[in-house]
Amino acid sequence: MAEPIVILVDGVPYEAEPGQTVAAVLLSQRRWQFGCSPAGRPRGPLCGMGTCFECAVAIDGIPNVRACLEPVRNGMQVVTGA
Amino acid sequence: MRERADVVVIGAGPAGIAAACGAAPVRRVVMLDGAPGTGGQIWRHRTRATLGRTARRWLARLDRSGVEFRGGVSVTEVGRGRIGWTSRRGHGVIDAETIVLATGAREHYLPFPGWTLPGVMGVGGLQAFIKNGMSVSGLRIVLAGSGPLLLPVAAACVEAGAEVVCIVEQAPARQLVRFGAGLWRHPWKIVEAARYRLQSLNVPLYTGSWVQQVTSSAGQLVVERAASGDVERIRCDILAAGFGLVPNTELAQLAGCAVEDGRVRVNERQETSVPGILAAGETTGIAGADAALVEGRIAGSMAAGRAASEELPLARRAGQQQFAAALQRDFALRRELLSLASPETIICRCEDVRRSALDASWDARHAKLMTRAGMGPCQGRVCAPAMAALFGWDFPAVRLPALPASVAALCDHCATITHVEAGA
Amino acid sequence: MSRQPDLIIVGAGVVGAACAMYAAEAGLRVLVLERGRPAGGVTSAGMGHIVAMDDSPAQLALTSYSRGLLARLATELPPAVEYESCGTIWVAATPDEVAAARAKCALYHEHGVGAELLDAASLRSAEPHLRQGLAGGLLVPDDAVLYQPAFTRWLLDRAQQAGATLQSGVTVRVLSRYGVQTSAGPIASGATLIATGTDTCELLPGLPIIPRKGHLAVTARVPGMARHQLVELGYLQSAHAMTASSVAFNVQPRRTGQLLIGSSRELVGPDRSINHDILGQMLTRAVSFMPAIAGVDVLRVWTGLRPATPDGLPFIGRTAERDGVWVAAGHEGLGITTSLGTGAIAAALLTGADPPIDAAPFSPDRSAEPAGASHG
Repeated sequence: MAEPIVILVDGVPYEAEPGQTVAAVLLSQRRWQFGCSPAGRPRGPLCGMGTCFECAVAIDGIPNVRACLEPVRNGMQVVTGA
Repeated sequence: MRERADVVVIGAGPAGIAAACGAAPVRRVVMLDGAPGTGGQIWRHRTRATLGRTARRWLARLDRSGVEFRGGVSVTEVGRGRIGWTSRRGHGVIDAETIVLATGAREHYLPFPGWTLPGVMGVGGLQAFIKNGMSVSGLRIVLAGSGPLLLPVAAACVEAGAEVVCIVEQAPARQLVRFGAGLWRHPWKIVEAARYRLQSLNVPLYTGSWVQQVTSSAGQLVVERAASGDVERIRCDILAAGFGLVPNTELAQLAGCAVEDGRVRVNERQETSVPGILAAGETTGIAGADAALVEGRIAGSMAAGRAASEELPLARRAGQQQFAAALQRDFALRRELLSLASPETIICRCEDVRRSALDASWDARHAKLMTRAGMGPCQGRVCAPAMAALFGWDFPAVRLPALPASVAALCDHCATITHVEAGA
Repeated sequence: MSRQPDLIIVGAGVVGAACAMYAAEAGLRVLVLERGRPAGGVTSAGMGHIVAMDDSPAQLALTSYSRGLLARLATELPPAVEYESCGTIWVAATPDEVAAARAKCALYHEHGVGAELLDAASLRSAEPHLRQGLAGGLLVPDDAVLYQPAFTRWLLDRAQQAGATLQSGVTVRVLSRYGVQTSAGPIASGATLIATGTDTCELLPGLPIIPRKGHLAVTARVPGMARHQLVELGYLQSAHAMTASSVAFNVQPRRTGQLLIGSSRELVGPDRSINHDILGQMLTRAVSFMPAIAGVDVLRVWTGLRPATPDGLPFIGRTAERDGVWVAAGHEGLGITTSLGTGAIAAALLTGADPPIDAAPFSPDRSAEPAGASHG
């Protein structure tokens, strides 16, 4: 058995499975909004393949990380713009 | 960081895997992809048990090949004999004798009112999220748009415990039948299997129909489905909408490779117009995984230094090109779709540019200058195909870096490339 | 246009657009002909920095006069122009540069341009992301930033409201005494004004305007990282050297929260390709002044060509080369700053009025030799 993975999303802990992407974890929690557009409108992931940047979040202090390409790691800190 | 490789393959889908495996026995091959794992879009997986036999066979071959795979890598530029890359772990430049562009395709989106609401995503996008571990169990999902992807993704949603409320395909039924009656053994077989499965579950498939608007109400989406004058309102959690595929030609353009009709131009040996740069798979035209494998194998032979001419499976290739033509013909977008975006509808999501702001522009470059459309982090990858459909504009080429890169990464790339060009 | 225009303006960049606005508002029937798209040439690649510059008395007169015209129009500018009176800080790295800042400050005050010396501590509190150990700076509070494609569009709209006509996609091939020969046929006019930036020599081969390449990078949104346009005082050396390639620290905050990072200068003819050597030097210089910028994502890099003249001043006025042909070109990196002043001078000269400032230093007839070797 692999160790359970827990990531913190805006301070809230979520359990995750190995090999999941950050986007998959958030979407599994029915969190459709990941951030806001420049004009402040709510936005969520669109393409799932790293093209659209609509799923960009801050991970461990690094901004603009595409959640759809980022595999989960235990203790990861995710900050959305939602 | 600077290093050398004989061959760098960009993209770890079928074309990239076939090319890398073909070159690996005699060359040092590095394969790069933005995703953390191999497989590209079509063979994306968390465990190989979920994949078909062909995919498993190729991935096993890749394991044995000695190809060095690096995931989570954004390629920022490709020039003659060099690749600039960045990732969360670092950045660098690779000098390569041969570069294979196997950058695949992305989904084509058509804007309609509400398409920027959270919960509205691409069909390929939803598929990718599910493959990456998104749980859809208990969700009400509407799939809409056009193309052979809709049915298999709907079937995958059902498989994963979702309630697929309906599938909304804009192409009329007779065109689907015509497409199905062609000889496209492999791709269509999957679509047909999905169709039987969905039929047996009584999932409605509406043809000649489209989503004209989506709104949000009480935490759910309200989809308005139009068909011949009628409108039906459907509540759901997720609307997945996509209208086919667009080849990813950005790196080829940056490298100076000729791009025609939105595809990288290659000869029968997969050579682009730039010496030392080959291209294979969907980036040279949308023709499916089988064609990508064929092209990848040819590119692999070329990269290995073998003249590929004897082993060109030209007949199969012609068949794949026929498939591509049928795809374009039978899933041609209907005119009604082009008038769905209202003046207020956002076209460029990165910069919040509405359709009304674009109407006064002459072309994409002018629109970009005046409205910022296409100036965001995606550099128009999402909105340029939409603007091409709506206004008939050509895509403006992306600029360096092809994907966002930190100032530090670019400083390093520039220093390395300068050093190389100085002959060091 | 039903009647023959009094004035054809060739080129709908920011300079041509400003000339069109002032000429039309002065009562001339104006036709603007643009080969490509408005603001699509030299203008599009620029930075949009509105700056008082003091390389020469004439340059300071033109830049400060133009800056004042813009400030008076500021309330009329639509939001898309993104006019932001953020000021410039000339950053002094060394005590020598502080001395240069002091001299610059005195000169600005002499000419009625507001400026304020900053010591090391006040520089740091004004711009906390600059590196430690910088000596000080000069704040020029009335300098500004705008988005020049939208500004150009606004100028053209104003010109059209005053009766001017704009035709895009029309190439002027030959100038004649009676007007122009174009890709759309001959058009007669009273006078023709050439405002085609680096392409001016195609129509006026006698004018010494040469392209001077620059690189710019735009970043992701990082609001607050810079508050003023930041330029190193060493920039002046970079701007003056007419032969060597050079880079300087030059960072601009946009209203979007993005940063524009410049600047570079090269004399390499019309080649617009990215020069990795120069780009690397330019970005490295930015990091050396502003270490935190190293971690900021760059979204795009591009190059542009500045229309440079030997003495650093534009050509504004009637040409000796051809009868009835006027010019407003050669503004190098100051075309956006000086567009309004250029338009006001050109309109005055065309209508026989007194120019608002002395126009003699900009005469196309001048020798235009460099003012002296002192700038190196």
